[in-house]
Amino acid sequence: MTFSAADLFLVLPELLVVTAACIVFVLDPVLRTSDKDGLVWLSLGTLAVCMGLTASQIQAPATIFSGLVVIDAYGAFWKLLLYFVTGLTILLSHSYLKEEQLYFGEYYGFVLLSLSGMMVMVSSADLLTLYLGTELMSLSLYVMAGLKRSEPRSLEASAKYFVLGAFSSGILLYGISLLYGATGSTRLPEIAAAISGRNLDDPLLLFATILLTVGFGFKLAVVPFHMWTPDVYQGAPTSVTAFMAVASKAASFGAFLRVFMEGLGGLKANWSAMFLLLCLATLILGNVLALVQTNVKRMLAYSSIAHAGYALIGVVATGHMENSSGIASVLLYLTLYAFMTFGAFAIVAMLRKGGIEGVDIEDFTGLAKRHPVAALLMLIFMVSLAGIPPTAGFIGKLYVFMSAVEAGLPWLAAVALIFAVISAYYYLRLVMVMYMREPSDLSSTSPRMVMSPALSIVLACAVAGVVIFGIYPNPLVNFAMQAVSALK
Amino acid sequence: MTGFPWLTLLVVLPLAGAIAVFAVQERSIKVTALAVAVADLLISLPLWWLFDASSGEMQFMESARWIPSLSINYRLGLDGISLPLVLMTTVLMPLCILISWHSIEIRMRSFMAMLLIMESAMIGVFTALDFVLFYVFWEAMLIPMYLLIGIWGGPNRLYAAIKFLLYTLAGSVLLLVAILVLYFQGGHTFDIVQLSQGTYSNSLQFWLFLAFFAAFAVKVPMFPFHTWLPDAHVEAPTAGSVILASVLLKMGTYGFLRFSLPMLPDASQAFTPAMVALSIVAIIYGAYMALAQSDLKKLIAYSSVSHMGFVTLGLFMFNIQGIEGAVMQMVNHGITTGGLFLCVGMIYERTHSRQIADNTGLTKPMPRYATFLVIFSLSSLGLPGTNSFVGEFMVLAGAFLWSKIATAFALLGIILAAAYLLWMVQRVAFGVPDPHMLPKLRDVNLREMITVVPLVVLIFLIGLFPNPILTRMHPSVEKVIARAFPAATEQTSTMRQADPLSPTVKQITSPTGPAFGQGAQVSPEGQPQ
Repeated sequence: MTFSAADLFLVLPELLVVTAACIVFVLDPVLRTSDKDGLVWLSLGTLAVCMGLTASQIQAPATIFSGLVVIDAYGAFWKLLLYFVTGLTILLSHSYLKEEQLYFGEYYGFVLLSLSGMMVMVSSADLLTLYLGTELMSLSLYVMAGLKRSEPRSLEASAKYFVLGAFSSGILLYGISLLYGATGSTRLPEIAAAISGRNLDDPLLLFATILLTVGFGFKLAVVPFHMWTPDVYQGAPTSVTAFMAVASKAASFGAFLRVFMEGLGGLKANWSAMFLLLCLATLILGNVLALVQTNVKRMLAYSSIAHAGYALIGVVATGHMENSSGIASVLLYLTLYAFMTFGAFAIVAMLRKGGIEGVDIEDFTGLAKRHPVAALLMLIFMVSLAGIPPTAGFIGKLYVFMSAVEAGLPWLAAVALIFAVISAYYYLRLVMVMYMREPSDLSSTSPRMVMSPALSIVLACAVAGVVIFGIYPNPLVNFAMQAVSALK
Repeated sequence: MTGFPWLTLLVVLPLAGAIAVFAVQERSIKVTALAVAVADLLISLPLWWLFDASSGEMQFMESARWIPSLSINYRLGLDGISLPLVLMTTVLMPLCILISWHSIEIRMRSFMAMLLIMESAMIGVFTALDFVLFYVFWEAMLIPMYLLIGIWGGPNRLYAAIKFLLYTLAGSVLLLVAILVLYFQGGHTFDIVQLSQGTYSNSLQFWLFLAFFAAFAVKVPMFPFHTWLPDAHVEAPTAGSVILASVLLKMGTYGFLRFSLPMLPDASQAFTPAMVALSIVAIIYGAYMALAQSDLKKLIAYSSVSHMGFVTLGLFMFNIQGIEGAVMQMVNHGITTGGLFLCVGMIYERTHSRQIADNTGLTKPMPRYATFLVIFSLSSLGLPGTNSFVGEFMVLAGAFLWSKIATAFALLGIILAAAYLLWMVQRVAFGVPDPHMLPKLRDVNLREMITVVPLVVLIFLIGLFPNPILTRMHPSVEKVIARAFPAATEQTSTMRQADPLSPTVKQITSPTGPAFGQGAQVSPEGQPQ
């Protein structure tokens, strides 16, 4: 295997992120606690540089490292989203870790390492590259989930995540090897060529597709492979939860769509039937179980499961039509989902009750009285998650449902919308608690919001995304369409 | 047609006002909100005269690209059907702000902002010419209304607020699917004018009609989807009740008229018997329920169900009298019921009770108040000389052409309306006053006078001179009917001549009909002493 210096230049963003992660790991033990803010600046600076580099790659597609990695607009779309979310995560963590008294410099290293894994995932043109990226992302996340060492729930989350994650990685790898057996290659273009004209009557291909679906199903947290999600989301430090719910889900969708469109695109009529079942199960179970939660983090976990269901509608629709607007709608949906979900988790992270996090719905009682701005932002995020205009959540749903109707599945859109009404109930319950209940007392145990400049930036970015893309989503829609047209 | 962006200004100004309310000092909140609402009213008034009454086309059109990649555009326009509704909205908003002057005790800033956001969204609904834009406005008012009921409402407000939200949301989700289906069947456009000219297969029309029906019937609300209404009305603050009754309910009937009838003419006609049946059930059931209420707001809420039944009845008659009567009735109900809710709000502010039993014999201590209450009640029961008479008469005349039996049943509603309203007036105005309440019963003050007098003026103005409204909506309504009967207007005119009622019917649309001269003579007798 040979590669040139030009290849290395094209993966410069990945290299920079890994280098920054290494520098963080090395510097962390030697720096005094007071100087550790420098690590935050280093990480953010790296992200800014990467953002510029990746943006310049949109127009110049290339396949490098003998076809193992592909640089194209599709990968760039996801990478830009991932940089943005990682940046927000680092800013949020800066305040959150202080509040939780978790002074771990290596935290930022793990965030960057995980990001590099995600970047590899979305730009891999080979299933083994993809697997490496997935593992790099997951292993960093296992550590991050267990970072609150004094908290048994956090350790439980980490262990559970690790066991189920390893299990799902194994299944994914098994699927990859079966697909290799069926097609003789792990490169996506060669797989596509090998399966053209074949269908799932071939048992080897059938099992390979099923195992890949299950493997990705765990990463995407779709029902019935979602069991780990609520526990892990609840137990992990909230900044990590936000990162997992948004970035890891986005990267998994990015890799999953590339594999199923570029590699298994010839079978899309077959696999879309399978995803229809997963999609319905995810929509129904995610929304119904979210109804009965009393813990906000768990509620948001089920909500993130349900949102994966909405995104899957676009995937199902793709199987029924010639153009790829279904995939574009998934890209748009996950981008808009990132803003509102991250915003919601950021508010949860900063709501403190007597030294610990206030994560019960009841802890939000009367928030509108004490922190009108925080309550208003949470209201906007909840309304957007419920998909009510004029917010980003509505635009995302509109586009997904549009592709479903275009694919001749108006009934699927109708079912999904009925569950959107159900979801409005649990999202607005939080609004009700914040705005329509009086705080019981104003003693020291009553919850308060911890505000900091970094957090203000996070919330401002999230709410700006929700509002601006809710009113003027056109540039984003165009970018999503451009990204999808790069998929072969 | 391009020119001055009247409609954008109308929509954006209240929104800007809502932001401004957050910026001003505590003591000038109310003044700012009122100034914005009045400014919006002043902007909307010239439209009445600038409007070309001879044209049934959309006027004051504005168009801009919004999300071109999904072919969604920002398009606004006004025709003879939406013009009166927009004006009704802009007239009512300053009154809603005035009535909340003292009655809102907490979070005045947010309250006024919510009212102004509502105004933007409501005007947007009546002027949107792009289906997605319409849907955005349609849904955008859910959250402000939810908060209005939930934060400033009565004791059972949490239940009422979530019930309102879930009912209307559940109704409108199918509308979104229908909009998307229409987009792909109607030539990849969301343009309402263009979609109204397409032809769709019968089976498609059938499903789309049901989806539209789910959204609009909940909003109207038609029987049996009305159960959210009494709860929402009773718990909402006065301004919220006024907006709900006067404007929000009209959005449902406006939807039927703007979308169901012209886009799905065949299905609409096929469903007419069912719609008439539901309308008549609503008329009688609503009136019957109103008779049994001891809470003033609940009584008016059920009377709304009954009155909106007349509107849906008129709409599905597919003749000039029925539809014009229905639009008249939409405006009239907005004015009259708005007035009644304002009256209830005033008395609640004084006695803190909405029970009829607690508010009796108000004529002695509050003569001016009693006068207003009686005028609004008489208007509501359709006394000749008042606005509702015109609308109800036209609806019934239209219904008569379709089915005499249906008309007979609908007439029952008018009789029952007289019963529950006069009985209410008898107890509230002329009963024996409760001595404990007497000290609280100050008569209507100047601010409250300003709140209700415009509505009283409109009641008689429309009641005696309905023609300016009718001539403005006539071409637009004819266009709707022409969609249903490709043989255009000849059919309606022959129906008109063939019917023995035709002289009366013609007089209604003529500038000075003896029917209204007669009404003018009757009304002084109907006045309270």
